[in-house]
This record gives sequence, structure tokens and C-alpha cells, in this order.
Amino acid sequence: MASLAATFGRGAMTNHWIDIRNADRILIIGSNAAENHPMSFKWVTEAIDRGGILINVDPRFTRTSSKAHLYAPMRSGGDIPFILGMIKYIIDDMEANPDNYNMEYIREYTTASFLINPNFKLPEELDGVFSGYDPNKRKYDKSTWQYQKDGAGIPKKDKSLKNPNCVFQILKKHVSRYDPKTVSSITGTPEDIYAKVCKSYAESGAVGKAGTIMYAMGTTQHTYGTQNIRGYAILQLLLANMGIAGGGINALRGESNVQGSTDMCLLFHILPGYLKTPDQKDTSTDSYSKRYYEGKNKDPKSADWWGNARKYLVSLLKAWYGAKATKENDFCFGYLPKRDVGKNYSHISLFEAMYDGDIKGMFCMGQNPAVGGPNCGKERKALERLDWLVCVDIWNTETANFWRRPVANDTAERVDPKKIKTEVFLLPAASSVEKEGSITNSGRWQQWRYQAVHPVEKSKSDLWILNELFKAVRGLYKQEGGPVAGAILDMAWDYGPYDEPDVHKVAKEINGYDLKTGKLLPSFGKLQTDGSTSSGNWLYCASYTEAGNMAARRGRSDPTGIGLYPEWSWCWPVNRRIIYNRASVNLKGVPWDAEHPVIAFKGAATGGKYTSKKWVGDVPDGGWYPLQNPDGSWRSDAKYPFIMKPEGHARIFAMGRADGPLPEHYEPLETPLKKNPIGHGMILNPAVVCWDKTKPEENPVGTADKYPIICTTYRVTEHWQAGMMTRNLPWLTEMMPAPFVEMSKELAKEKGIKNGDRVHVKTARGLMGAWACVTSRFKPFKLVGKVVHQVGVPWHWGYEGHSCGCSANILTPHIGDANTMIPEFKAFLCDIEKSPYGIDRANPSGELGHGEEVA
Amino acid sequence: MTQKAMLIDTTKCMGCRGCQVACKQWNQLAAENTRFTGSYQNPPNLSASTWTLIKFIEPEGDPIRWLFRKEQCFHCGDPACVDACPTGALKKRPDGIVWIDQKICAGCKYCVHACPFQTPHTDHDTGTAKKCRMCIDRVDNGLKPACVTACPTGAVLYGAREDMLKVAKKRKAIVEKQTGASVRIYGETELGGLGVITVLADKASVYGLPEQPKKPLLLPRWLIGIVPGAVILYGMFKNFTGVREKAEKEEKAKEGQS
Repeated sequence: MASLAATFGRGAMTNHWIDIRNADRILIIGSNAAENHPMSFKWVTEAIDRGGILINVDPRFTRTSSKAHLYAPMRSGGDIPFILGMIKYIIDDMEANPDNYNMEYIREYTTASFLINPNFKLPEELDGVFSGYDPNKRKYDKSTWQYQKDGAGIPKKDKSLKNPNCVFQILKKHVSRYDPKTVSSITGTPEDIYAKVCKSYAESGAVGKAGTIMYAMGTTQHTYGTQNIRGYAILQLLLANMGIAGGGINALRGESNVQGSTDMCLLFHILPGYLKTPDQKDTSTDSYSKRYYEGKNKDPKSADWWGNARKYLVSLLKAWYGAKATKENDFCFGYLPKRDVGKNYSHISLFEAMYDGDIKGMFCMGQNPAVGGPNCGKERKALERLDWLVCVDIWNTETANFWRRPVANDTAERVDPKKIKTEVFLLPAASSVEKEGSITNSGRWQQWRYQAVHPVEKSKSDLWILNELFKAVRGLYKQEGGPVAGAILDMAWDYGPYDEPDVHKVAKEINGYDLKTGKLLPSFGKLQTDGSTSSGNWLYCASYTEAGNMAARRGRSDPTGIGLYPEWSWCWPVNRRIIYNRASVNLKGVPWDAEHPVIAFKGAATGGKYTSKKWVGDVPDGGWYPLQNPDGSWRSDAKYPFIMKPEGHARIFAMGRADGPLPEHYEPLETPLKKNPIGHGMILNPAVVCWDKTKPEENPVGTADKYPIICTTYRVTEHWQAGMMTRNLPWLTEMMPAPFVEMSKELAKEKGIKNGDRVHVKTARGLMGAWACVTSRFKPFKLVGKVVHQVGVPWHWGYEGHSCGCSANILTPHIGDANTMIPEFKAFLCDIEKSPYGIDRANPSGELGHGEEVA
Repeated sequence: MTQKAMLIDTTKCMGCRGCQVACKQWNQLAAENTRFTGSYQNPPNLSASTWTLIKFIEPEGDPIRWLFRKEQCFHCGDPACVDACPTGALKKRPDGIVWIDQKICAGCKYCVHACPFQTPHTDHDTGTAKKCRMCIDRVDNGLKPACVTACPTGAVLYGAREDMLKVAKKRKAIVEKQTGASVRIYGETELGGLGVITVLADKASVYGLPEQPKKPLLLPRWLIGIVPGAVILYGMFKNFTGVREKAEKEEKAKEGQS
């Protein structure tokens, strides 16, 4: 998401599930969509039925691969060379066959033509780092990563794309090292297969053709995860696949409401609607707006939509503090919690702080870090250092029961609860069918759900739990006071007189009101900076209007015929189903793809000039005139298509990232290779936080001499996330009763392991017991002339529930991506051996339901 | 009456097993106590409480393939089980559905042995034979079988047999053109035309099916002629005790719960 926002301006799946059917090429990489998003395959299958080609890249031949026309094996850790090699192929091919590509799109809609500061240097010139690197701070000074600007402050361009300082030429130089042979030696992908992938996917670059990329956690969960997606973004821009039907970069969210929860500020660095959380330097709405959002663009043709952020911030504060938020008190901006400058508050950081005793209590809602957290052995120990822990869940999770966990994986012995001081509370929560509300899916559709049944026994909705908690905390502040008590006491909090809060009142608050009339607002275009409007999330302004609850709509009409279904539920922003769709038309507003037009300009024209404004199709992403008139003259009242970026163009060169404006290959924290095979001295992403150095306790790193095998983790169709919702259902556990480790026949032979044997997988962090699944679906890789094996384990299991088994996250390290700190679950080193015991020692009988006896 | 059929298109199946769970859910079949033995396929085979399952097949060779085939009763056009059944519990309906009337089944296992696909299995709790009944209760009320409704990709369809054959032939043409594989429409003519037609992208044997399924020669129908009374009486007795035993068991279970 960090990457998509950096490139295009919004962190979300650009298209939507149904739209996959419009693709001519589907590249599934870093995702096992058939297994983990089976419903997506309804549309992948339909695309294939319509003649589409499915390409799948994965270390292992999966259920997704089984349906692919082209399967390319790639070792975990080879993502960036794989994509940069494709980009090199396309740039080379583009020069030989420009007619096969949409050059107008590249020239006019992307930053390919923008000129960069001549002092900017690439990693090939600086032994593995971009210009501006400070090795002591492990941070970049980004002053050279900037556009050259003219006297008016507008970025300089060279539309011939020939200037050596233009983004296109910099990119060309940067990827020139990633020739097929080098790529093959880094990724382990056979050269002939790689050539087929490049050729087939590049065909989606033709005008009127569409290629889509479907990715998930296999892409993101790396120390360079953000840069992986940047690679996809550049690839898709060169192929003119953004904004069109059947195109886009489609982040498959692993949970039905991940998009909704990030929209609503689940993450520490954003407020609702992706406004930045303020830090200690931000002292007023004015300084905040100027620092992050205002005055970033001088080009009158760029809409620079984020320039409106002040309206959204003030309206958010009005939603939270109501009448107490006034112009005089700067709309209670002072009440917002401020981050310490430069401090990270993501999952790993929080658990490190907990381990160090800096955090005393934790609310854990719908999450099970004792199974799902990286290096979960350390994280389970961190839980012991809490004074109190509240778990809110529909099941009794491993996290709620960390005080009776096994002392190690693959053993029956348990820790002594008497020695653990943490007081643990478990609040039974209502499941999704037991409460009313909405979820927002990957495709940004907000879908309203009615309550199907009443909650079981005394379980309560999350809303009820938070409402009661807030009221209790406010009661205590009233009685006892406290620091910044006003932040709690002044909060507007009215969700009805009943025991169960009125979820419609919440939804309406999120949409927002015209505070002068008391009416619900029709869209975020109406939001103001003067405190006369409120909106709990500007992106959702238009979701619940005077016309009703848009998310509850179930209209089935499809006027465009490309599957947009604009009256089914509601979609942010402003019910626009395919974002950046202004790039789906040429400079004159005519769709590139006449067969699948997303939008089209139908205004009247006289004398070769447009005289009236009318777009048809999807809600246009910026309703201004097209950039050119029918006669080819440029219009001064038009805007560039990527309205969420200050320069109005999609960024091939993204200066906002912590670890470089272009992706570069670095190895995972644990790698079987001794040096970076691309040929420079920087083996690990130079901008990541190295917890093994800053917090060495319980953060060991394995090396290839002891742990020569690459290991990765993944999910299976039959189980879900940390497993609580599925490991307790016998119909699912009978299909996938226990954790297993998949390995090649070659490795099994080397290690004397037979299919079905009990095996120990060991890393520097710990040991996992699992059953061997010996298969030709895994093959050894040849990396830089050396044979390297890879194995994989599903991570769903833990020590509670109907089906128990060793947690794979005992194996994974505490290290995260340089931008997002998402943990590197997908590539680390291990060794395997046949278990000396031959059985699951925690469950010698092998019966399902064993875990319940402990409870 | 229109002949109905199910179409299983292995070329569209991605092995998600939504069908396997939907079958258990609709028919309220017990989960089995399984172990991981080296394959995703679980439970390992059909049983009295598993009426459909996905077979996971990894044929040797290059390029690598992973094949999935939904296994279940084929609802044969000329069903050996019906011929073998001495009590008339096994019936073939005019629309093609072959089902076992649990009230009449004597538990003699003749069907279990007669089936060329080893589909029916004896339920040791009730003493009767069980297998897929094409969600008779759903289709008679205008619904599709549970597995069809659950399938995300349209790999499992249900409708007029003629239409299903048309879809199968269309798929054969597309897949053969896209992949060069030789596609077989299994069940078009086999055993009198099966009520479950399967689109296979290779030989039947690769998918664990007999290339030319045959009705067993030894059909015990003649036995019925020789000792009809004995068999029927035995059946009635078994049925009576079976039903009674089941009723008692349920009674006990209820007591145990309360």
C-alpha cells in the first residue's frame, strides 16, 4: 500500500474483483490466489475462458500454478530481479518495436519525461546505495532525489525521453544490469521460461490490451516488500496498464475487511482517510497542512487533490469533537496524539518495546500474535512482561492462553503458569454474522451486512465493547482527571440511548454532515476548512447520504457492460470503481480500448474544440476536460490524470520511499548467498532497521553454513490466518489436520526423509515439527551456479483448538520492510532433519481434538 | 422427464474443496479423524460420511502438473448397484438420480461390491449403505446440489444432461486449442451414459478412473430368484433392528447431552 500510494497517490487495489475477467494477461506473483482467494478465481477462470493467459510466478507449484498457462519457478528473495529484468526486456523491445507499446501514455501520463537532479546517483555508481546515504543512521538524505524545476517551480520535462537525466533514461540505465542470464542466476528461474514470461506479459503493453498483476503477502512480506510493488508499478506504467479495464495492480487482501480497517486508521502512521498522523513537530492544523499537503504543486494543470487535506482534517476533528472543536481552539488539534519524531509504532516495534518492559498493557482485538507474529517465541515471552492483557475474540486464542503454552515446539511440556504475573481477560466477541455493519473489500467496495443471528450467549459486538470501554474511561477521567483529560472528556460521543450502539449513527458520522443544515453530505467536494462540515473519513463521504445507506444497495445493473455494477454496494472514492480511470483514455478523451471503455468523453465539439463537458461510464477520476481538443490543441482548463500526486503524473521515480526512488535487488536478512549477486557491496536493504543489532536478545540471525535451506511460510485454502476460525471446525480440520513441510524429492533423498515422515525444521530462532510432504512441486534452484533447496510451511497452527500443531512463526525473524516494517515472513534460512521421535510429541495419538483436552 | 446431469470440469477445478465441505454441511455428515500422510487429499477416500472429495494427483513428468478431480457417485445410466440391490432400496429416478432409500436398505453390501467405482460405503452406525444422492432434497425444491452452489469457478455444474454435454464439448474445444491436450468427456456413453460427466485433460487412468468402466459380471440378481424370501426377510430384519438400534442410539445421545 505504501508503494501504491507512493506511485499513484492511493494505497488500494486499483481495479476490483469482477474486473479481472477483462484481462488479456494475468500475472499472479507473490500470491497463491487459487488457494487464498478462491473467489478471485471465479474471475480469473472467466478471463481464461475469454482467451486470457494466466502467468504464475512462485517458488512452489501451487493450486494457482495448476491453472496457469505459464508457470515460472522463482526462489523466495528473487522478486526484484525478476521484475527489473522484465522492465529491461520491455524497454529494449520498446526501442525496437515502439508500435507494440502505448508511447503516448508513457510520455504524457507518467513521470518518464521528468528531469531529475543531475547529482542523483544510482546504486551501480555508489556500490549498492543511492545518493544521499548515511550508513550510521541507515537513512537517506533525499535532496538529490528531486525533479529539476523551471523558474515557475514546475518540473522540467523532456518528452523525447532522450535526456540522460530524464526518468526514462535513468530507469533504462538502472535496469540494464538485469539481463536474462543475471536474472536467472539470482532467481533460479530457467532462462527459457523467463523469456516466455517476458514476451507474453509484454504483449499486454499494446494499445487496447490489458494486463493485470495480482499480488499478496508473498510480495509484501520482505525487507524490500514496498520496492517489489514499486517494480510492479513501473512495469504496469510502461505497459499502460493502469486505469484501464482488466489492468491495474491488484493487492489481494488476506482478510475481507483489511482495506476497510486501513481506510479507518488501523495503522499507526495514518488517520482515517490516509491523512498522516501528526508528530511532535505538528503544532497546529495550519502547520500540519502546510508541512505535508499544501503548496506542493505549482503546475496549474495538476489538480494535486491532496492540497485539500486541510478540509479533511478539520472535518475529521469536527466529527470527533463536535461543538467543542472551534476555530478559536484550532478545532482541538492539540488533542490528537502526536508521534515521537521518527519513531515507529508497528507490530515488531511494539513487541520489542513490550519485551523491554516499556509497554504495560495490551488490548488484542481479533488478532492472535502468539501464532501470527514473527519470531513468535519472543513475542510469547514479551506477553509475560505485561501487567495485563485483554483479548477480544470469538475463540479462546493462543494469545489469551500464552501462560499455558508449550515450552518449545514439538513437545508436550508446558510453561508453569504460576511463574507468569500477567493478568489476562478474555472478552467474547460477536462474529461477523451476529452484528450489523460494513466491510470494505479489496476492490474498495463498502458492503453493508445485516445481523443474521443474535450473538451466542453473552458475546458482544466490537462496537458495544468499545462504547462501554470509552464510557468507563471517560467516567474515570471525570472523577480523577488526568493528563490531557479534555481529549477524552470533550469528545462527541452519541450513538443512541440503547445498550447496543446505533451502528447507523456511526456510519453517518463517518460520512459527515453539513453542520449548518444538519443534513448528511453528498460528497467530499462539500467539505470545508471553517468547521462548518464534519466527516469521520473524507474518503467515505458519499457513502451514507440523505438518499440513504449507499453501502446497502444491491442494484444489479451494469450499464457499461464491463462489470462495474455501480449500484451494488458503494465504492470509495465517490463510487469510482476503477481508480486512475482518466488514464484509460487518450489525450482527447477517447478510450484506448474500445471494447472495454471505462470512461469516454462525450462533450460537444465545434471547430475542432470541445465546447461542453460530459463524461460517460465510470465516475471519472477528475471530471475536467481532456488534455487535448479533437484538433490536437492543448486545453488550458484540463488536468493531468493522476490527480492524487502533486505533479499529476504516475511516478516511475518515487522520491518518497525510505530505501530508494527505484527498486534495487538486496537479499533477504537471511540468504544462502555470500554477496549480492547483482555485484555490489550492499547485501541487505541499507535502510531497514536491524533489530538483531539494536535488540540482540532473542533476535539471532542464521547463516548459510548452519542453515543452508531457504524457507518460506504460507497459507492453505482450508485454514484461515492464525487458525482460530478454522482449526476449530472439524469439517476443515479433517481436510488439513496438521502442519506439514513441503520439500522437493531431491532434498528429501539427500536428507533421508520419506513422504509422511515426521520432520524438524530448524532456524536460528527455534524448531518446528511437521509432517513431510515430499513433492515434485518443489524443485531445487540453481543460484549463481550453486544448487539451493527451498522448503515451505503453512503458519496456521498453534497449541489451542480442535486441531493443534507447531506454529511456523517460531522460525521467522524480527525484521521488517524499510518503509512499512511488515515482517519478513517469506524468506529466511533453515535446516531440516528427520525427527528422532517420529511422532508429534505434543499429540502422540495423532487424534484431532487433542487440544481440547488441555482446555 | 428431462435427463439431468452434473458436469465436473477438471480443467476449471483448482482444488479448493469448497464442494467437499458444502456436501458435508448440507448432508450433515460427520468429520473424519484424519492425519496428514503426505498428500493434500483428505479424507483419503470416499466413505459413508464422505460422499464427495477432491482427488489430488501429481503425475510424473515435465512440465509438472497438479490435477484435481472431484470424486463422487457417477449416477450411472445403467447402474450396477440398482441391479445388485435385493431390497429395492437403491433406485434410479427418471431424471437420472441414483439414491439409496435408507428406510429400506438392508445393509447387505451388494451395492458396495457391485459398483465399478467403489462409491457406496457402509455406515457402521446405521448398518446401511450411503453415497451421494445428488442433493435430492435440494433439486426437488428448485435448488442446485450443494457442491454446485459452492464451486467458485463453475467447475461443477448441474442441469439438463443435453446442456451439460454441450458445455463439455465446448470446453473440450477451448482447452484443446489453448493447451494442445487431448480432452476426454468421460461419461458421455460409458455405462449407459453417466449422470456425472467429467471433462478430463488426459487419459482417464491418469485421473484414477477405469478407461472403460464395466458392470461386474457377477450380478446377484439371480440370487434373488433362488432365495428371494430369505434375503428379503433378512433385509427386513436387519432394517428393523438397524432402525431400532439407531433410534435407541439417538435417544441415548440426547440423554447424554441433557
